[in-house]
Amino acid sequence: MNLQQLFFVPSKFLQNEKWMNVRVGDIIKLENNHFVAADILLLSSSEPYGLCYIETAELDGETNLKVRQALTVTSDLGADVAKLADFNGEVICEPPNNKLDKFTGTLYWRDNKYPLDNEKMLLRGCVLRNTDWCFGMVIFAGLQTKLMQNCGRTKFKRTSIDKLMNTLVLWIFGFLVCMGVILAIGNTIWEQKVGRTFSVYLLWDEPIRNNNVVFSGFLTFWSYIIILNTMVPISLYVSVEVIRLGHSYFINWDRKMYYIQKDTPAEARTTTLNEELGQVEFIFSDKTGTLTQNIMVFNKCSINGKSYGDVYDEFGHKVEITERTDCVDFSFNPLSDRKFKFHDSSLVEAIKMEEPSVQEFFRLLSLCHTVMPEEKNEGDLVYQAQSPDEGALVTAARNFGFVFRSRTPETVTLYEMGIAVNYQLLAILDFNNVRKRMSVIVRNPAGHIKLYCKGADTIIFDRLDPSNQVLMNTTSEHLYEFAGEGLRTLALAYKDLDENVLEEWMKRLLNASTVIENREEGLADLYEEIETGLMLLGATAVEDKLQEGVPETIACLTLANIKIWVLTGDKLETAMNIGYSCNMLRDDMNEVFIISGHSVSEVQQQLRLVSSTVDVEKTDEFSEDSVFEETIIAEYALIINGHSLAHALEPELEQVLLETACLCKTVICCRVTPMQKAQVVELVKTNKMAVTLAIGDGANDVSMIKTAHIGVGISGQEGMQAVLASDYSFAQFRYLQRLLLVHGRWSYFRMCNFLFYFFYKNFAFTLVHFWFGFFCGFSAQTVYDQWFITLFNIVYTSLPVLAMGLFDQDVNEANSHRYPSLYRPGQLNLLFNKRQFFLCTLQGMGTSFLLFFIPYGAFCLVVRDDGSHISDQQAFAVIISTSLVIVVSVQIGLDTYYWTAVNHVFVWGSLAVYFAILFAMHSDGLFSILPSHFPFIGTARNCLTQKSVWLVIMLTTVACVMPGLACRLCRSRPRSRTSDSCGGPGAVHADTVARCTMFSSDTLVRLASGLSGHCVKKQCGLVGLCFGGLPMRQDCNYQLGRKKGG
Amino acid sequence: MAPSYNAKEEDGHQPGATGHGGAGTMTNKKPDNTAFKQQRLPAWQPILTAGTVLPAFFVIGLIFIPIGFILIVYGLTLLIDYTGVDMSSPCYNCSQSYSWNNTQSCTCSVHFSLDQPFESNVFMYYGLSNFYQNHRRYVKSRDDSQLNGDKTSLQYHICTLNRCSKECEPYRSSDKPIAPCGAIANSLFNDTLELYYIDPNGSRTAIPLVKKGIAWWTDKHVKFRNPSGNNNLTVVFQGTSKPVNWRKPVFELDPLDSDNNGFINEDFIVWMRTAALPTFRKLYCIIQKKPNNMTPTLPRGEYILEVTYNYPVRSFDGRKRMILSTISWMGGKNPFLGIAYITVGSVCFCLGLVLLSIHYRYGKRNNSAEISS
Repeated sequence: MNLQQLFFVPSKFLQNEKWMNVRVGDIIKLENNHFVAADILLLSSSEPYGLCYIETAELDGETNLKVRQALTVTSDLGADVAKLADFNGEVICEPPNNKLDKFTGTLYWRDNKYPLDNEKMLLRGCVLRNTDWCFGMVIFAGLQTKLMQNCGRTKFKRTSIDKLMNTLVLWIFGFLVCMGVILAIGNTIWEQKVGRTFSVYLLWDEPIRNNNVVFSGFLTFWSYIIILNTMVPISLYVSVEVIRLGHSYFINWDRKMYYIQKDTPAEARTTTLNEELGQVEFIFSDKTGTLTQNIMVFNKCSINGKSYGDVYDEFGHKVEITERTDCVDFSFNPLSDRKFKFHDSSLVEAIKMEEPSVQEFFRLLSLCHTVMPEEKNEGDLVYQAQSPDEGALVTAARNFGFVFRSRTPETVTLYEMGIAVNYQLLAILDFNNVRKRMSVIVRNPAGHIKLYCKGADTIIFDRLDPSNQVLMNTTSEHLYEFAGEGLRTLALAYKDLDENVLEEWMKRLLNASTVIENREEGLADLYEEIETGLMLLGATAVEDKLQEGVPETIACLTLANIKIWVLTGDKLETAMNIGYSCNMLRDDMNEVFIISGHSVSEVQQQLRLVSSTVDVEKTDEFSEDSVFEETIIAEYALIINGHSLAHALEPELEQVLLETACLCKTVICCRVTPMQKAQVVELVKTNKMAVTLAIGDGANDVSMIKTAHIGVGISGQEGMQAVLASDYSFAQFRYLQRLLLVHGRWSYFRMCNFLFYFFYKNFAFTLVHFWFGFFCGFSAQTVYDQWFITLFNIVYTSLPVLAMGLFDQDVNEANSHRYPSLYRPGQLNLLFNKRQFFLCTLQGMGTSFLLFFIPYGAFCLVVRDDGSHISDQQAFAVIISTSLVIVVSVQIGLDTYYWTAVNHVFVWGSLAVYFAILFAMHSDGLFSILPSHFPFIGTARNCLTQKSVWLVIMLTTVACVMPGLACRLCRSRPRSRTSDSCGGPGAVHADTVARCTMFSSDTLVRLASGLSGHCVKKQCGLVGLCFGGLPMRQDCNYQLGRKKGG
Repeated sequence: MAPSYNAKEEDGHQPGATGHGGAGTMTNKKPDNTAFKQQRLPAWQPILTAGTVLPAFFVIGLIFIPIGFILIVYGLTLLIDYTGVDMSSPCYNCSQSYSWNNTQSCTCSVHFSLDQPFESNVFMYYGLSNFYQNHRRYVKSRDDSQLNGDKTSLQYHICTLNRCSKECEPYRSSDKPIAPCGAIANSLFNDTLELYYIDPNGSRTAIPLVKKGIAWWTDKHVKFRNPSGNNNLTVVFQGTSKPVNWRKPVFELDPLDSDNNGFINEDFIVWMRTAALPTFRKLYCIIQKKPNNMTPTLPRGEYILEVTYNYPVRSFDGRKRMILSTISWMGGKNPFLGIAYITVGSVCFCLGLVLLSIHYRYGKRNNSAEISS
């Protein structure tokens, strides 16, 4: 990028230069579709009035075109290179910051002051569109640009399990040192008390011979550190990485996360975070392109009291619109957009009948907008719209025969049913957040002057002529219907204007627009004045098409106790609309709070109000009930806009914000900058100690994706930046459910089981040496054959546990989706934590204890059936190692829930390999080649043919396995209950279920004892799990059904 | 599942030309529909429920307890401590006076009686306790190549050039290389035990003790070998010196039987197989059953154990024992194993009962909960 070429005005002529050489103050020329790589003050452009169009998708995720306008004085410079080179204005502006929508500065030029604002800036990350060229002066370059200021720093991401593992390894190391010290002290004492006297048969080594038993102890310490080092699981790290890699491949291979229309499979771009997918508590989602397809579709309309858009069958029943429903044929219109679909043919008939209201309706749509047409070939129209809604409306008008063809600053050319009509554009009354409407005043070829207005229904209805009352009632009924379906609605109205009135008004407008102070207010008042007494035409309903399955996914993830926050750069209204259509906001919510303060104190006040309201409700309902303190019973939603968020994120308020937000079921932040997104994520991440996941598709989501524990990129329309910064990527939001509830849960479950078993195995293996130390004079004699020590972790036991870590499934995928509460143990970190670690070390110690002491007891007396003794060290080693291998194999067998062929091969294969290697190592042949390396010759043969040896092994195995089994059975008592009630054993079965039910069991008791219906509804996910009464799917559908029903 | 995929493939055509392009390249990236990649491998999913685990507990209990009883009941063992710690014990004098440098052998006789006749083959063990044959420095102090008949380790000049095992230090060489070298060989147990039966009429009958067949076949025939080349061991071991503590050189361990002499002497082999624990027993000899089967091998009555007391253990508080034992099909009487089996068996059984009762209680409660809901 830095080497990209641009044109540069150093002196009197244009010169090619690389971006990397651009300095602040340089004047540069940009051409159409150029990428802006610095923050630039627009000086002049090819378009009239110094206008210039940019696309800011990389900055705020909005794909529509935005207009920037140069100062009049500078736009006069035009393309005159000489004049531009002489341009010696001085800009004084704010220091570099990350606010994308604000810029304040002043241009001093020719003894004049000119105010500069964001409307004159081209920020880095924008792309120049529809503008042949423009000149600009560099204000910020490089790291000072607003885009770079918004970039979060890339951090190395590690999972909590990773961190835990490192801690545990340190602990184990400490434990190892402790044992070394114990044994070293033991050795010192032993050498002093026994070794000294035993020196008749065993002379002391040189260094100890001078009575220096402490030195012997010191040496023993290091010997034991070496012998016991297998307790510190070095192979653990390798195995963990292998398992993660495997899980990543499973994600890549998953056909159910493959999006056929874009040919994009899911991709795990990092292999280190898989198990954290099973622990997510917060999801931060972008809106545009993530929840929505970012495609606006003109869906329905109401014209003159008649609703169009629904399809009815011959009996007058409404027909569900699917992909197969017949589309209206627009072939009568050669300029129609082929991608546009509409299903209700009555509207076309109405237009063909030349119904005046319908014509006027579409005329309005084709006139009242700020869309730019682009006609590359004859009839091949492309609209560049500031907002996708507008584009959708103009496209609709185009298809219904009112084709917006071209515009100049003074005129708009339409093709009305194929006939070119030129309208004179007298005024544009622009849209803003306060007005929530826009109007145009046009003069048609016949000389009539009309004001066309479209805007939010409430605003328009307030300004209607009283004669519209009846029409207004029907229209508002329709609007209510549309809104109930999650459509974005606008009301349309017109007004005939009198020439004289207009003339007078235009004069005042001209005056007002030249006033320097309070210009905005003055204009608004003027607009207000003329936009009265409107005649209602109808209403439009545009569908901001949600991606497939978004509400279901959100509902399901919510049931899995994942909190979803939407962080969007969009307008408040848009965000709320989406909130409603995603089912995150609902009409039956207790309250939807909107925080939109402009100062710290204002925001603080609003936040406190929210939390106090919520608190009061909570204490009212459940003051005596401690269980529900953390759960949110009453449903609240919090919507906060970017300005307030900036204040709320200040250090003194952020805690309040966090607490308040966590009390609410739904949190939506709108108009936020990329940096704020990252800050919100950071806030939750650091204060809630919860695993966060950020999902987004645009460059504006990159910093949030980088900040969150897990970043997910939607490989959608908005380029690749998000995907490149993400850890996982896929094409559709709905795959998130599968990624978390299936892959994440499995990964977490497998990883935890794997770790549990791995630590257990290594402790059981190693601690035998510790016990043996007490019986061999603390001499660091190993129990096992050297070969066995070498091969145990690598060959005998690595593969079965690896197979478990890769393939195990406690609950199949269907049930993972059906019972989202199964996700809960991961969030609570129940499956592997310090407690679990202690349990597994305890189990390992117990096993090693039995492994040593049962043969110990038996071995004083055990003899072969031919009378010869087998109480020698080598036989002891063979018996203990055989017992160990069998015990850990049985244990992995019990730990494996899902025995695939691979598991079978690995488990049985490991045992077979153990015996094969054992006998090979102890064979005559190897001994005859290298006598000193294979001193165990014949031991296996002599031992393992003995019944008494097998009796010892059997006893050891049973004694080691039974306690664990009994414990598990005890713990799983509630589990069998669950599985029975959830459609028989096997349908759901796992410790996880048991654990999940365990902590929900309190709830159950309460429920059983009759709580309010409100909380029953809330807890129905858990209840569904425990009683099998109301499975998840039904619940989702139930809610959806309600939404659809209005 | 297939139908839903088909439906989506149809969708792919709708957006027009691009859709077609997408459909064309679609086969490239679409993951394979294999059971492995989709994690749908057919699998056996065993479920540990009360129904499957509880019977296992009971079965284990029921199997283990009888085994334990068999292990306890069968087999006879007699143990005689002849260390001579007490003043009253017959070997007290020997134990007091004896040290390695003593050339005079000391004998003592221990009287004992058998209450039960020992049938079939009787095995005689010597047992040592507090003897750390499993000490790391002790265990490694041997040269397996030497014991396997490697002649280079017997030659002085090669041995001093560090060709032979350094592990044997400090029992590697005196002026000549020591054969067999190392602490294990050096501390070879050298008490001689003899057993006499005292007839009711008072006469002593020596009981024949068979010293062959007491070592493992693999040890005797594979692991331990005399250096080859000459049948005369005296010649072979020329140029070596005997271990410091030994009375006689290795080629005189059993001068009468060339198959039991040198490194393949079975007493020596048995000793060289180091014990796992500080208290251990090693097979000394076999008292074979009488050919005529009518009288027991060791009939009930009075016996004398005659000990040539050569092996000092008092210095490290060790004990020496003589053990007589018979062997059952399970290999010797083993009270610990028997008790352990009974314990584990009964614990399993009890656990089974406890779990069963819990299971019933919980089951009941669950049912009632379901009804109330």
